[in-house]
Amino acid sequence: MPDPAIKTAVTPQASVTTSDVPLRADYISVRNFNFFYNGVHQVLFDLNLDIPERQVTAFIGPSGCGKSTLLRNINRMNDLIDGIRHEGDIFIDGHSIFDPDIEVISLRKRIGMVFQKSNPFPKSIYENIVYSLRVAGRHRKSELDEVVERSLHAAALWDEVKDRLHQSAFGLSGGQMQRLCIARAIANQPEIILMDEPCSALDPIATGKIEDLIHELKKQFTIVIVTHNMQQAARVSDRTAFFYLGKLIEYNSTEAIFMNPINSQTEAYVSGRFG
Amino acid sequence: MNSQLAQVHERRREIHRIERNQIGRINEQMRRLDLDRRYLENLSERTVAQQMQLDRIHERIAVLQSDFEPLAAQAAALRRQLVENRLEYSLATGQVRSITVGDLVHVYAPNQLHFLQRVVLFFQHIWSFLSEYPREANTEGGIWPAIFGTFIMTVLMSAAVTPFGVMAAIYLREYARQGLFVRAVRIAINNLAGVPSIVFGIFGLGFFVYFMGGNIDRIFFPRATEMGTPTFGTGGVLWASLTLALLTVPVVIVATEEALAAVSRGVREGSLACGASKWQTIQYLVLPAAAPGILTGLVLAMARGAGEVAPLILVGVVAFAPSLPVDGLFPFIHLERKFMHLGFHIYDLGFQSPDSEAAQPMVFATTLILILLVVALNLAAILIRNRLRRRYASQAF
Repeated sequence: MPDPAIKTAVTPQASVTTSDVPLRADYISVRNFNFFYNGVHQVLFDLNLDIPERQVTAFIGPSGCGKSTLLRNINRMNDLIDGIRHEGDIFIDGHSIFDPDIEVISLRKRIGMVFQKSNPFPKSIYENIVYSLRVAGRHRKSELDEVVERSLHAAALWDEVKDRLHQSAFGLSGGQMQRLCIARAIANQPEIILMDEPCSALDPIATGKIEDLIHELKKQFTIVIVTHNMQQAARVSDRTAFFYLGKLIEYNSTEAIFMNPINSQTEAYVSGRFG
Repeated sequence: MNSQLAQVHERRREIHRIERNQIGRINEQMRRLDLDRRYLENLSERTVAQQMQLDRIHERIAVLQSDFEPLAAQAAALRRQLVENRLEYSLATGQVRSITVGDLVHVYAPNQLHFLQRVVLFFQHIWSFLSEYPREANTEGGIWPAIFGTFIMTVLMSAAVTPFGVMAAIYLREYARQGLFVRAVRIAINNLAGVPSIVFGIFGLGFFVYFMGGNIDRIFFPRATEMGTPTFGTGGVLWASLTLALLTVPVVIVATEEALAAVSRGVREGSLACGASKWQTIQYLVLPAAAPGILTGLVLAMARGAGEVAPLILVGVVAFAPSLPVDGLFPFIHLERKFMHLGFHIYDLGFQSPDSEAAQPMVFATTLILILLVVALNLAAILIRNRLRRRYASQAF
């Protein structure tokens, strides 16, 4: 069971109550969340956590601990799987994502996602980035051109690809492809970016570039990142949640999790003694 | 001699032009008017309007008849001219023979030709075989109507089978809940591929020709139907194509399903995460990526359909069709017409002709053309698949 004292811990610069301060500490808020595959096989157990706006929150934990499952619940990607069931609720900016009045498509338009394996579409670099605008019915060329340039700049890819925007995305290197996927995820100005182990297939240099990018992006976006790499979590995140066997063991500022973990399992994991 | 032969050719062309184009056009109009005339005359009593219509038809027929007679006379005169000259020639043995010049098609002395002339002659013969209409009850002349009929039928079949098969595959793979029912449907589809083709022919005859064609006739051509001359209610190139489309739809469904399944999950998830709907994902990403597989399936279906004969005998193929399914007469594409087909042409030449020994070279040549056609379609499938595969080559790290 998660420690209730931990989950209420709030970062100093964010506040829920005053409307003068726009940043919410519970921008994404998970409440008593249980999740089942095949109706019975429970993989998430009574999760409660608040993810603050415009910060980087890292989910860490050994394989199979449910961190990716939770991440994929935030934009309801798990809807694709037959036989799933959930209890409890997840709120974004105070609105339940499971509200039947909210269309899952409009929810996903507000949330960009970057996957573990970079998955550029079999199209040109340009078309990859404008895809989310095209599916939203926006085809005006001046607007698309602007979005492509802005997104590629934001993903630190513009200088490398500006001369071959209309060539296939498959001509890029692995790291470039992943940055292209980030550019695609932010093209339609989402509020949240979910990253599911975005660097696990990349070499250290490409990883470093993406980590720098995450630092830049958090000025604009609320970022949730799942990672296996604890050094990475320590480097990029403001807050860290440690999951084990589907339960939230400890959730606190990254500094506290790595320097001064309360739970002994957390300490064992972050110091590399298991997992 | 040569000028005589040229004259003969010129006259034959002239007869062909008069008979096929001008007389053909008049005949077509006459046929339609005659149908109405017979219908109206058979009525026990006619209203004033009907009587007026009948009178108008009589007038029109008279006009057409007066157009027709000079043409017919012209054609007959040309025919007489064809036979008025005779060629007398002596054989090496000294016997003297004679033949009407109008019966000559080619005259050449093979032993006096040098190599180049022989090559030219060879290709001329091939070309006339491919481009001419058959003569003398199919045993002479070319096979152009059969090639064209096979082609038109294959095109129509592809136009019918592609949307049908692709939609079925998309439903089965992307939308249907994978369960017992879908499994049963898949097994049924695979079994459909094993059903003997003559069974499809019988189904096509019962469903397309008698049921659908019969109803179309009743609704759109009531007078013709009453007079016992069906339009769509008899075999035709449309029904043959649809029957073959049914026959080949399993090939397209199976190939499309496999191609859809091969599109990576990552691409689909990426698209959905961008806020695309399921249909948008299929439309913009899955179908383009699956296109090579779908095209391969389609061309395999075309190759199978083009070589099929048995079902066609029941739903519209004939040994000799006086006119092509596409010609210059309004509405230009005549889907209700019967047509010729290479496969059936082989059967007709080899086993139904009065002198099958003499037709043997034609049978071999026609068979070769059909096999070449099927091989070409299969090769096209392979080439298209390889090309598109390269274009959509999956990402590799």
